[in-house]
Amino acid sequence: MNIELSRRAFLQTAGAGLAGTTLGALGFGDIEAAHAAAIRSFKLANTTETRNTCPYCSVACGVILYSKGDLRKGEQAEITHIEGDTDHPTNRGTLCPKGSALLGFVKAPTRLQQPMIRKPGADKFEPTTWEDAFDRIARLMKDDRDQNFVATNNDGVTVNRWITTGFLAASATTNETAFETYKVVRSTGMLVFDNQARV
Amino acid sequence: MTNSWTDIRNTDLVVIMGGNAAEAHPCGFKWVTEAKANRGAKLIVVDPRYTRSASVSDLYAPIRQGTDIAFLLGLINYCIENDNVQREYVKAFTNAAYVVKAGFTYQDGLFSGYDEAKRDYEKSSWDYEIGEDGFAVVDDTLANPRCVWNLLKNHVAVYTPEMVERICGTPKDKFLKVAEMVAECSSPTKAMTSMYALGWTQHSKGSQNIRAMAMLQLILGNIGIRGGGMNALRGHSNIQGLTDIGLMSNLIPGYLTLPNEKEPDLTAYMSTRGFKPLRPNQMSYWQNYRKFFVSFQKAMYGSAATAENDFAYDYLPKLDVPGYDVLRAFEMMHQGKMNLYLCQGFNPLQSFPNKQKITAALSKLKLLVVMDPLATETARFWENHGAHNDVDPSTIQTEVIELPSTCFAEDDGSLTNSGRWLQWHWAGGTPPGEAKRDTWIMAQIHLRLKELYRKEGGAFPDPIVNLHWPYADPGDPKAEEIAQEINGRALATVTDTADPTKVLAEAGKLLPGFAALRDDGSTSCGCWIYSGCFNEKGNNMARRDTDDPDETGAYLKWAFSWPANRRILYNRASADLNGKAWDPDRKLIEWDGAKWSGYDVPDIAPTAKPGEVGPFIMNPEGVSRLFTRGMMRDGPFPAHYEPFESPIVNPVAPNVRGNPAARVFEGDFRQFAEPASAEFPYAATSYRLTEHFHFWTKHVVVNAVMQPEFFVEISEQLAAEKGIAKGGWVRVWSKRGSVTAKAVVTKRIKPLTCDGKTVHIVGIPLHWGFTGAAKKGFGPNMLTPYVGDANIETPEYKAFLVNIEPVSGPVA
Repeated sequence: MNIELSRRAFLQTAGAGLAGTTLGALGFGDIEAAHAAAIRSFKLANTTETRNTCPYCSVACGVILYSKGDLRKGEQAEITHIEGDTDHPTNRGTLCPKGSALLGFVKAPTRLQQPMIRKPGADKFEPTTWEDAFDRIARLMKDDRDQNFVATNNDGVTVNRWITTGFLAASATTNETAFETYKVVRSTGMLVFDNQARV
Repeated sequence: MTNSWTDIRNTDLVVIMGGNAAEAHPCGFKWVTEAKANRGAKLIVVDPRYTRSASVSDLYAPIRQGTDIAFLLGLINYCIENDNVQREYVKAFTNAAYVVKAGFTYQDGLFSGYDEAKRDYEKSSWDYEIGEDGFAVVDDTLANPRCVWNLLKNHVAVYTPEMVERICGTPKDKFLKVAEMVAECSSPTKAMTSMYALGWTQHSKGSQNIRAMAMLQLILGNIGIRGGGMNALRGHSNIQGLTDIGLMSNLIPGYLTLPNEKEPDLTAYMSTRGFKPLRPNQMSYWQNYRKFFVSFQKAMYGSAATAENDFAYDYLPKLDVPGYDVLRAFEMMHQGKMNLYLCQGFNPLQSFPNKQKITAALSKLKLLVVMDPLATETARFWENHGAHNDVDPSTIQTEVIELPSTCFAEDDGSLTNSGRWLQWHWAGGTPPGEAKRDTWIMAQIHLRLKELYRKEGGAFPDPIVNLHWPYADPGDPKAEEIAQEINGRALATVTDTADPTKVLAEAGKLLPGFAALRDDGSTSCGCWIYSGCFNEKGNNMARRDTDDPDETGAYLKWAFSWPANRRILYNRASADLNGKAWDPDRKLIEWDGAKWSGYDVPDIAPTAKPGEVGPFIMNPEGVSRLFTRGMMRDGPFPAHYEPFESPIVNPVAPNVRGNPAARVFEGDFRQFAEPASAEFPYAATSYRLTEHFHFWTKHVVVNAVMQPEFFVEISEQLAAEKGIAKGGWVRVWSKRGSVTAKAVVTKRIKPLTCDGKTVHIVGIPLHWGFTGAAKKGFGPNMLTPYVGDANIETPEYKAFLVNIEPVSGPVA
């Protein structure tokens, strides 16, 4: 693994170096200190930086997430800014009109907040809990599977398939989500299984 | 992509056809401008619309959507006729010299063995002659009239520049200019790259569009070299990964396939997956299939997969049809044959063809589950939104559960980009509200299902209760844990087969790569092509070293590229039969008399002698295929077929409608407009805009402001003919639905002349719906036909027929 020099550390070090050499050497120590005190600190210097990649197209541009709070310290972290990663060999810091507005995606008012259920015939969603949602999903899956599972075909060949329930996987989830999803779905014998690559 | 985004800098000619990289992949397209600025590379764009890619091109040629094969076979014909062929490459690295069985024919648009009732072929004649030695018969002189080269020559002869103009509407002089520029790349020191996307895949013959270009690239000697290749610009950030990991009806991770009903046990399954070499000395790397398969089953089922039970072979479901793709799934749903459907980060109501059919299908479900970061239309398919979703909720009995998931910024893990780079990313923010990671959601579903089966028993609980679940917190698997599972582990100590004293991996350790996989149950590996991504050296997907010796664009120490960190597939083909680079300035790997080495990880056994072992190591031939035997449903060569809805009758095969081997469901055929329909005279196509990403960015205020409103794009000529004003309202309708939109009247689209007839084109962008920050709008899928590609069932979104008329605007 190569050592990663944080851009924040770099900014801070570079700033201190400048103050300590150029101006200090010219004998303007006091002025420099007063000047430094009057300058608002660089906003991004107080944020946590996290390397990520753009979730849109397959160029997979490197991006840097800036957040107030640090997840790795167990803190709540609110993302306040997203920009291109200048170290990334593909995009070299650039982003397109979609990637440039990524913060608006993370903070979209239409981000889902809690599990919801729409009952048959209803004209609106109502809140539910994760527990109730999972219990309901698992119950219906099991009942449908038990009822419609095909263990053998007409020729007596073991086929162990379930085709009355289907799963449509995504296009932007991680490989790790993908493999876990594969395990969970395929272990049920589901064959109606597809992802966005199809279209 | 066979190559990578950063490799595009090495090209001499970029052909963008079937895509629009400047708008859909802007930061990748910068490597095109880099090549233009620094190498003097040229850019050709072939598209029905004068796109932003076209606006910076050196040559733009218009084409009618759905006629790319005629254009590409026209280019192949031109190159053969004018002897613009990299002959040595073609003779050594393709199957040009292979002799095909006498029964193989092509006539009137059909190959031998067609069964009209089944819309399918009996393909036994589509194969090589096999000699007494058990190997394919070849004629290195290319004199045999039945060798692939001569069959190809005859096959493409009809696609003259005149015929290309007649079918595609591309003026002959433009086509010839393209042909001249392309033909120059038959020189060993010139490289052309093909950049394509959904403009090629979303057709009833999408796979053959791509094959046609791949064949051209082989004839020019452009596969396996820097600046060359077949470069699919995938549409989403991890479409490549989801495909590699095989989340499809018929796949097992790493491009293995599920068994079908004719394969009752592992022996029968392996009998059709032996991949015996078709020529002497060839690697035919799929001969290792059993190792990949058994290791996968060990990853799935752990100790429950044993040699005695065929490594839990019966735990896998067996297919009775080629696959339950989404078109088949929604057809079944529409027939009331499905009860439950789960969507993970996917919005089928907007994304699938013939929206009315999709709505009707979802309305017949008992339960729909949607996991998504955003409020999708699919989760609200039952909600009335006036003309934009005209349904009556009280009549829809589907229960819907909507689960909030995290987005990229709140999740760890790897995504595989178009260039096959697996790049790790880290969570930077706390998820909103109660939103949860997909890994947690899927674990919760599995654990509950497993608990129910343990408690109650039921239908074949074995694969569910025995699913290998080795996570520290079973309810919340961590991305690193799963990544290691994908990479693979030694279950017993693995030694080198050639030298048993050499240990490749101690028991319990992560495997160094797929070469260590075994078929006796002593290794586990979730996805063999990803093996090496997370081994004892660490998480190689998280590597961030930008070292790039001699600036080849390889970046071998940045992230991990499958397979085996290789950056350019088939890179052995960059060197000649002596192992020397065809082009010394484009050296990639070379043979030093004992082994292969260079800028990239060799795509060949390191000690495989150049004159003996062919560069296409996955193929039993050791060479690439200009003639693809019986491997594709619709023919061993591409042939021009019109879209199912076409403004003209097929000029080369007037009796054939659409792709003759494409599957069409009965009800859908009745919903196609007739060829050359008077009722639906205009050729429509769908496309993306640079300001939007599918149906996601309409939730983002900035993007919604930049492109707030649905529109359709037509030529000035069509506008004048129909009395449509710039910015005026129009109604566009097909045999399946109708939309209203503002008309953008542009010079970017011009009428074409095809088979003597004027063909007007109507452009219909995606991106709108009834949720999010943008104005409510329709999309092309109110209009698109329900039919897919013959091989992989990607819907024909890019070519269909509509009518258009001016209307007064909706009441504000």
